Amino acid sequence: MTLILALVVGGLYAAGLYMMLRRSLIKILLGLALLSHGANLLIFTAGGLTRTHAPLLPSEGALTLAQSADPLPQALILTAIVISFAVLVFALALFRKTYETAQSDDVDLVKTEDEES
Amino acid sequence: MNSLILQIAARYLHPLLLLYSWFLLLSGHNDPGGGFTGGLVAAASFALYMIAYGVEQTRRALRVDPLQLAGAGLLIAVLSGLLGMFRPAAFLTGVWIAAPFPVWGVLDAGTPMLFDLGVYLVVMGVSIKLVFTFAED
Amino acid sequence: MLLVLPIIIPLVIAASCLIALRRIVLHQFLTLAGCIVLLANAALLFMRVRHAGYIVLPIGSWPAPFGIVFVCDVFSAMMVFMTALIGLLIAIYSIAGVDAARKAHGFYPLVNILLVGVNGAFLTGDLFNLYVWFEVLLIASFVLMSLGGERRQMAGAIKYVTLNLMSSALFLTAAGILYGKAGTLNMAHLALAMRESPPETLMVVEMLFLTAFGIKAAMFPLFFWLPAAYHTPPVAVTALFSALLTKVGVYAIIRVFALVFGHGVEAALPVILVLAGMTMITGVLGAVDQYDFRRLLSFHMVSQIGYLLIGPGLFTPAAMAGAIFFMIHIILTKTALFLACGIAGRLNGSFQLKEMHGLLRASPILAALFLIAAGSLAGVPPLPGFFAKLFLLLAAFSEGRYALAAVALAVSFLTFFSMLKIWNEAFWKTAPQPVAPAGPIPFSLLSPLVVLCALILLLTLFGHPFHEVCRTAAAQLLNSDGYIAAVRLQL
Repeated sequence: MTLILALVVGGLYAAGLYMMLRRSLIKILLGLALLSHGANLLIFTAGGLTRTHAPLLPSEGALTLAQSADPLPQALILTAIVISFAVLVFALALFRKTYETAQSDDVDLVKTEDEES
Repeated sequence: MNSLILQIAARYLHPLLLLYSWFLLLSGHNDPGGGFTGGLVAAASFALYMIAYGVEQTRRALRVDPLQLAGAGLLIAVLSGLLGMFRPAAFLTGVWIAAPFPVWGVLDAGTPMLFDLGVYLVVMGVSIKLVFTFAED
Repeated sequence: MLLVLPIIIPLVIAASCLIALRRIVLHQFLTLAGCIVLLANAALLFMRVRHAGYIVLPIGSWPAPFGIVFVCDVFSAMMVFMTALIGLLIAIYSIAGVDAARKAHGFYPLVNILLVGVNGAFLTGDLFNLYVWFEVLLIASFVLMSLGGERRQMAGAIKYVTLNLMSSALFLTAAGILYGKAGTLNMAHLALAMRESPPETLMVVEMLFLTAFGIKAAMFPLFFWLPAAYHTPPVAVTALFSALLTKVGVYAIIRVFALVFGHGVEAALPVILVLAGMTMITGVLGAVDQYDFRRLLSFHMVSQIGYLLIGPGLFTPAAMAGAIFFMIHIILTKTALFLACGIAGRLNGSFQLKEMHGLLRASPILAALFLIAAGSLAGVPPLPGFFAKLFLLLAAFSEGRYALAAVALAVSFLTFFSMLKIWNEAFWKTAPQPVAPAGPIPFSLLSPLVVLCALILLLTLFGHPFHEVCRTAAAQLLNSDGYIAAVRLQL
């Protein structure tokens, strides 16, 4: 299972980087999203894959930490997802504004006077 | 957009979703849920309202600017962390009270809940602001 | 208490600004007051740390390595102090230096959130928490960068946002691999765990971190976003970014390599050194070709990052002390140069050196202040830039890195030439036709520049005691045992 997930992580990184090399702004954004998904999945895999209980302590009963999954990677991924959500939404807004001002979503055409000179 | 079906549905769903967001916020204390999901559901309910009635009317329904909501949430979250420092303990240390409460029995509340409320407001404010920004121009 | 206030103060100010969304004057007042309190707090923190060595605070009273700890050593305290100082000066400068539209769109709350992120990154003792603070300061900087929505700002912001997001993804990847390897993200605990693992397996993670932080620090060959983006926002924003953002990247390189990879770092050092040399050269050569005042300064920023990287590259106490001295000097000098550039552009109505003229006659004070800052940047004795470079050169000589020392000297010479170019074009050259004299420079624009230049001169006078402080900070940085003991891991 770890191997399969490792391959998926690699695929996500490859796809993300490929998309980021494209000239279209929206594809760059999709590439960034894929890259952050890849990183999240990598943390999940690196934290160890075990089939156990959710790391929630029930109000009664005696579930110990040894019986449950490692909660830390899940907390890390949750944080990372929230952050990438916020950042990607900002990037989307920025790219849309750029598209409106430059009337193009081609990175090469979104140039400015001082770069052309 | 001017759809009667959506407008009627939004009128009834909006308070229901807000109520559900509060349920998520409060149950997040010991069970799955919490300020973040609650805030998102609240923002979604306003987004639905916005799709049905437009941005201007939603702004009126919200009464305050979404960023003010986020600012208030940020302040509440920081203050909940500061409360722990009076004990004296480190920043963000949880402080709990178990006070008798009429009808309820014992009210078991603490600063983490206050922190969650702050998160709820921040997430709600920022998400609504985002939706407004995309909807407006 | 002292340790979390550098985060709480700007956070509370930002929240209050957001609540009072339309009261811009109140924003200004709150930000100024907040920065003054922050400065006092940072000074107190520095004195406390000088006395105690380390101050450690487990957030939420969760002991390390289970909770997040905040750790402050002398280096962190110095950086927090500089953050507060620059924040205050930029807050003063922005009163007249930033237009009303940007202020109305949340300039002040964003600056405060940026300060929160920067201070958090300097104080945290947890790797993942460092990532979170990086994101906090990045998202604030994204909005500050694109605030205003001019087309050239957008073009710069796209590169800035994309490359920094990629760097964040790399950082996350590296942190994930380290967690899988060591099962912890507390930096002190990681340092212990890394001592047992063989150095060759560490190399992959080290390079991932170097790339991730290198993008943020604008290290060769990952610096292209900086000269493309930094000249587009208002000068107040650029000065703030140049003082703090890339420095956080360098700080992260120093902290992670000195603490987490303190043992088994040897294999990575030649890579850092070569990159440091290349960063210096490409930065200064890029500047030679530039005739836009702000772009020229942006390229010099890249070249100065190269000097800073000599510290972690040589990894000796002398080199680290030199790098810390250089860090403080460059924050003061670079901010002063950007602020001078802003005033000069305002007087001339242009940032193109070809179109600028006669500033020496128009404002002799500005010319004098520019000379101090430019001389310090180029390394003219006895200004602090000279001593900062001297310390780094001596460290390079004692390690037998003569090629590196030669590069640093040559780059210093080219920097001098570049500053001379600005002086000739903007200050010395007379106007082609007589122009109406510009009005007096507003006090709020000039006073931060005066303060910065006074501090540069003070650094000249008190160079020796200050270098002593840098040496303690460097010794502390390279002694990871002290850090680990201070964190008191509950294993």
